[in-house]
Amino acid sequence: MYVAVKGGEAAIANAHRLLADRRRGDRDVPALTLEQITGQLALAVDRVMAEGSLYDPDLAAMAVRQSRGDMIEAIFLLRAYRTTLARFGNSRPIDTAKMRIERRVSATYKDIPGGQLLGPTFDYTHRLIDPAMAGDAPVDEPLRRAREDERRAPRVTDILNDEGLIERDVLSDEEPGDLTRDPTAFPADRDVRLQALARGDEGFLLSLGYSTQRGYGRTHPFVGEIRIGLVDVEIDVPELGFAVSLGSVRVTECQMVSQFTGGSEEGAKFTRGYGLVFGQSERKAMAMSLVDRALRADEFDEQRLAPAQDEEFVLAHCDNVQATGFVEHLKLPHYVDFQAELDLLRTLNTAKATNDEMREAAE
Amino acid sequence: MTLPEYNFAYLDEQTKRMIRRAILKGIAIPGYQVPFASREMPMPYGWGTGGVQVTAAILGPDDVLKVIDQGADDTTNAVSIRAFFAKTANVATTTKTADATVIQTRHRIPEAPLSAGQVIVYQVPIPEPLRFLEPRETETRVMHGLEEYGLIHVKLYEDIAQHGHIATTYAYPVKVEDRYVMDPSPIPKFDNPKMNGSPALQLFGAGREKRIYALPPFTHVVSLDFEDHPFQVQKFKQPCALCNATGVYLDEVVTDDRGGRMYVCSDTDHCETRRQDGHHGTGLPIAGQETVKEDAA
Repeated sequence: MYVAVKGGEAAIANAHRLLADRRRGDRDVPALTLEQITGQLALAVDRVMAEGSLYDPDLAAMAVRQSRGDMIEAIFLLRAYRTTLARFGNSRPIDTAKMRIERRVSATYKDIPGGQLLGPTFDYTHRLIDPAMAGDAPVDEPLRRAREDERRAPRVTDILNDEGLIERDVLSDEEPGDLTRDPTAFPADRDVRLQALARGDEGFLLSLGYSTQRGYGRTHPFVGEIRIGLVDVEIDVPELGFAVSLGSVRVTECQMVSQFTGGSEEGAKFTRGYGLVFGQSERKAMAMSLVDRALRADEFDEQRLAPAQDEEFVLAHCDNVQATGFVEHLKLPHYVDFQAELDLLRTLNTAKATNDEMREAAE
Repeated sequence: MTLPEYNFAYLDEQTKRMIRRAILKGIAIPGYQVPFASREMPMPYGWGTGGVQVTAAILGPDDVLKVIDQGADDTTNAVSIRAFFAKTANVATTTKTADATVIQTRHRIPEAPLSAGQVIVYQVPIPEPLRFLEPRETETRVMHGLEEYGLIHVKLYEDIAQHGHIATTYAYPVKVEDRYVMDPSPIPKFDNPKMNGSPALQLFGAGREKRIYALPPFTHVVSLDFEDHPFQVQKFKQPCALCNATGVYLDEVVTDDRGGRMYVCSDTDHCETRRQDGHHGTGLPIAGQETVKEDAA
């Protein structure tokens, strides 16, 4: 006699036990330390913080370790923790003009006040697997510029703005929306859109940004500037009457200077696409700025024809925690609904067989 | 560094308050999808995050929780969610439908009638009944606002024109109190009549889609149909092979590779209770063909 499959509880416990074993791997090999992960897999930690939208390198490193290096799983762990945290205030807007810059490049000007700084980039490395990576060869200390060499580096878009050649950034005292505390309604404002993109999946945004370059919502982009470095985070404390520093975070900012707009009346101006990401992630910041600009189609009376210009499409599908969940849920049991479909199919086929017989008899 | 800590039933109290407000609004406007600021939950989207948030928001220390998936208490996801609340809220759990104060479910409504004071929480993947006819939220919200439901009737009509039947077998749309068309979650249409006039409170949570909706007790819920093609539910030709129950939803179990089938209750608690009461079926598989017919509800 068939007995319904029992033992889900024991199966889960055993599966978790096996997972823990596989996560740890060979016990004779020392376990990864959090310092190793934050120090040597820093860009993985950065991505987890960015898409997990929580700036905490230690927790992100724990998540990377717990997830066996599965990025989306680690992002998910961080999100599910972050969402339980109480809000005690909003920081003041960070001022990226005052960033302690580690890397800064502009593709629109050969030289700019503050200079071009390559910083720690893969850009001009040759992608040959380095035999030294098999071992632990000594690594030279980096060269550091002296503090006094740090020149003020105004944003490239500010330089363009001084000449009236780029649309003005609209300053607003309004409290920005918060997509983690309010359900998204469409059409969404740009603040909410940028939030969604900032924590959106790097791969999804990369492909969407790429699609705009290939003609699906073309925006004629130039990298006005990319800057990576530390910015201070300050919070207003009403009791004190002044802002207090909470510390600093590393961010990547991309200002994309895009297709101009306007004409005889107000003069032609370049438009902006903006990307800002926790940690060092140029690819993500650039993709974000392309998609941000594409999503602003309505503002410039551009026709919305391409996926990257479609706000509902982009915002509803850019979150990888949501996407992975819904795709992967298909492996959960669906046999009740499948049974209903089976029944229908059989009923339809029985009806067809009966009809065919009647038709044959009539002929 | 500080290590993470979690509140009773996982969610912080501010979040629970926000969810309760959405639930209250949903109860006040039966069948209307209330947007809410859905949180990331520690299980993936698609695993019942909406239902889990609703349950977390309504659960008190004295509640008795039952969790089912596909009608069964012992499917892995039901086990996992039950363990989650046993751990984070330390509530009593049960598999007995009658003993539960809160029942979280995926894809089924228990066979035993629910009673006053009970709450059933449905996990909902796509809360919008018009979604597969119109993918844009901006459009579907207007359609609900204007009570513009022609499209869904056209879809059902096209089914009949093409197949001779309404070809929707689960997530079969209902109309609530003659106003909102509502997705009942992917329960088989077999379960739709149980929603109508139920003395229990019925709550629906869609986490990824950020929607909560509700049916207060004794709400009028009608499955969409046509006068000449009345709504019908599945009726199985044979009783449960384990407990001999009829008029219940059965799972088809493949017993061999020669077409052998066995039909057993999808609701495991119902089946076990009946067997304890002395009912027993043949326990034998049957040759599988033409085992189901459609019958008027």
